[in-house]
Amino acid sequence: MFKNKNVIVVGERDGVPGPAIAECLQAAGANVIFKTTECFV
Amino acid sequence: MDLESQAQIKKIVEENGKENTIVVLGASDVEGSEIAAETLTSGDPSFAGPLAGVSLDLPVYHIFEPEVMEAIPKEIYDRNVEMIRMTVDTEEVAKKFKAIRLASIKKWNV
Repeated sequence: MFKNKNVIVVGERDGVPGPAIAECLQAAGANVIFKTTECFV
Repeated sequence: MDLESQAQIKKIVEENGKENTIVVLGASDVEGSEIAAETLTSGDPSFAGPLAGVSLDLPVYHIFEPEVMEAIPKEIYDRNVEMIRMTVDTEEVAKKFKAIRLASIKKWNV
């Protein structure tokens, strides 16, 4: 699903932060081209 | 969605195109996730950011969706996501995100 895909990661401080999602997706073969951690509060 | 993030994502898509590019979100509340997904498909619904009126139409997934979870090695997913996932109605998240992707596809097939 993620192999060789460019992925934009938008994590959340009170959910799953960007770096945690990026680690998961890189392990699945994705190329993370942008990651951020938002705060919706 | 953060205005700075909108600007950066817009720039990345303009420079690299949207082929082979997908988005993965990690917000814990469904409403916040839906707003972020809408921003990255139809444009900023608040009309405040750089993506106001800009339809990127990127395929948007949520890290809590079963198909996303299945694609990630279990021990890495468990370490980074599972604790938060247990507190969320993941069926609702999956339903909403499938509908968002379907609406985006339908828009271009009309």
